[in-house]
Amino acid sequence: MDLVLSEEQEMLKKMAHDFLTDKFPKTVVKEIEESEPGYSPESWREMAELGWMGLVFPEKYAGADMSFLDLAVLLEEMGRACLPGPYFSTVILGGLTILDAGSEEQKQEYLPKIASGEAIFTLALTESSARYDAAAIETKAAADNNAFILNGTKLFVPDAHIADYMLVIARTDEKSKGEYGTTIFIVDAKSPGISYTVLKTIANDKLCEVVFDQVSVPKENILGQLNQGWNEVQKIIQRAAVAKCCEMVGCIQQALDMTVDYAKERKQYDRPIGSFQVIQHYCVDMATDVDGTRLSTYQAAWMLSEGLPCTKEVAIAKAWAGEACQRVMALAHQIHGAIGVTIDHDLQYYTRRAKAAEVTFGDANFYREVVAQEMGL
Amino acid sequence: MDFKFSEEQEKFRQGVRDFLEEELRQGLWEPSCDAWIMGHDPEFTKRVAEKGWIGLTWPKEHGGQGRSFVDRLILTEEMLRYGAPAACHWFADRQIGGAIVHYGTDEQKKELLPLILRGEAYVGLGMSEPDAGSDLASLKTRATEDGDYFIIDGQKTWTSGGSHMNWIYLVARTDPDAPKHRGISEFFFETSLPGVTVQHIVDITGGVHFNEVFFDSVRVPKKCLIGEKNRGFYQVLNQLDYERSGMERLMANYPLFEALIQYTKETKRNGKPLSDEPIIRSKLAQLKIELEIGRLHMYRVAAVMDEGRAPNWESSMSKAYGTAFEQRLASSAIEILGLYGQLSPGSKWVPMRGMAYHSYLSSKGYSLQAGSSEVLKNILALRKLELPTQ
Repeated sequence: MDLVLSEEQEMLKKMAHDFLTDKFPKTVVKEIEESEPGYSPESWREMAELGWMGLVFPEKYAGADMSFLDLAVLLEEMGRACLPGPYFSTVILGGLTILDAGSEEQKQEYLPKIASGEAIFTLALTESSARYDAAAIETKAAADNNAFILNGTKLFVPDAHIADYMLVIARTDEKSKGEYGTTIFIVDAKSPGISYTVLKTIANDKLCEVVFDQVSVPKENILGQLNQGWNEVQKIIQRAAVAKCCEMVGCIQQALDMTVDYAKERKQYDRPIGSFQVIQHYCVDMATDVDGTRLSTYQAAWMLSEGLPCTKEVAIAKAWAGEACQRVMALAHQIHGAIGVTIDHDLQYYTRRAKAAEVTFGDANFYREVVAQEMGL
Repeated sequence: MDFKFSEEQEKFRQGVRDFLEEELRQGLWEPSCDAWIMGHDPEFTKRVAEKGWIGLTWPKEHGGQGRSFVDRLILTEEMLRYGAPAACHWFADRQIGGAIVHYGTDEQKKELLPLILRGEAYVGLGMSEPDAGSDLASLKTRATEDGDYFIIDGQKTWTSGGSHMNWIYLVARTDPDAPKHRGISEFFFETSLPGVTVQHIVDITGGVHFNEVFFDSVRVPKKCLIGEKNRGFYQVLNQLDYERSGMERLMANYPLFEALIQYTKETKRNGKPLSDEPIIRSKLAQLKIELEIGRLHMYRVAAVMDEGRAPNWESSMSKAYGTAFEQRLASSAIEILGLYGQLSPGSKWVPMRGMAYHSYLSSKGYSLQAGSSEVLKNILALRKLELPTQ
């Protein structure tokens, strides 16, 4: 048992931290959040040059052949920096799915494009029920000679408005309502019949409504097996949940650091407020939640990285992270006082992202049920 | 980073489980909550000693096994999982032996360590006094030098293990004129010495595990001084990091959790098992999540110790977290049992041998012993977060 990062991981962490701190001060984050595309093409290219897009792809697909655990380190720093843009959509939702489920041809075609920063991917999974179960999939894909015709509406699709490709989960067997009969398609996001509306969200993170109206997708763009898509969807959700947890670790670690710094500097009654026990204990409660989130997140990331079955550990990590983040942010605000609830203070970036992260890829209620099942209840 | 146990550790865990299963099969004891502190069973302790499971982490030259702290955590985790009556040797194994290895003279090591290893030293922890609780350094019990002896006068209270002890680990003031942290020393001696009187304190559950201990001109040979005279407080601080570090701060009432899960599966309400009810499922799953988070905190502490570092804030964090969890577990258990939750052990109709009742009351003390949660948070604020004191 060894719970510390390797030397290489520490180096990656430092490099990521330095780059992100330099390129994404909150003034830039604000500008990007408010811009229409919601990302900076220039920084996107630089991140690709650093090898971040293809970090975990094998070398033969222009990747750096690193592990999911290494990626976890990078994601934590992205969460710490509030990095805006389609990294999560492209790499976690798109790239890792193709790497896991794609045919050799598909991997060769798409992974190098992702690694080079040329292609932006996303995942169109959830619909109006806003649930992560198979019964929620109502978008239809009807076979039509050598193609499938997609009709339906997807909701909460991140970065769809700038995506080059979308992985779309659609129902290919009308008689079925469950897991069987769902299929994943790689869809050219600029295909005729696709329209987007960017939703206004708490994290300003460009979640979209995507409408498919008679969109034709070639048969060879099926990812994995026809009608058997749900198996892979579960893996997508699992990877995404852990990746989200990694961002959350960075998010609340930064909120804690900012809060402790503030408590040391801010004076009332002629002394730093951090010298009052009530403030100290709040900070300690935050730190305990941060460490619990970190430990469970890295455990899940390590297990994914090792290819071990980890349904329970992922559920524990995400259930815990979702609620721990809310506690941490609540205390961060309480200690910061009024300055923390102004739009010009950095804290609000973390508050907004932490809330969005809680509900994304399964909240605590969702995962408590998973844990209950794992307990044999 | 590597979260897995080695193959050898998995085998070791299985060995401990096999041993405990066999004990249960033979009906030698019944699993219970708080058995690590209330389950006094000299025969069990002897059998554990024979397995070589006392002093697991001590160096081999002192009769230990030279194994890692993670190994020891595996051992204690299984003891707690089974609710095994390990109270006779727990303190000696957890902290006193280690302190003697660390601070003791060669003679003390030769004399005292084998006693602990054989499971014959039932140690009481003589720290708190009526006016020295969280502020331990203000203790008043005196140890006055007199030739080859120290004469001890004073009173200890909440002395854990006091009711069954034959040895006591005592902190006493050896220099009344020095600043209060710098005039304290540690002693380890037999409680059969004339002048030691033990008075039981009945706790909120009706049980006895802590005591008042009076010292009336007790003549303690000088060879019983552990470590450096007047440096005792600093030695204690280090020991406390270990005292707080263990799985007993998370799993003291684990047998209740297992029994509760079983109970909800077997108990039907309106024809359906309780465990089918969404609220019950959610409550139990949340407890499981919190337990697993706590477990990671505990293993981190062991990993830190295996790096050769004292867990000087990690154990404060794990203990404060763990004891709060145990309290929630006990409280949730009563809620889930509903009206049955109020029945005490031995009552007609009582479910789960009254473990919920016992644990609910008993767990109130968890966040007080070995450093109240508030003291632990003070430690974390200063040592980990480096927040100012004024």
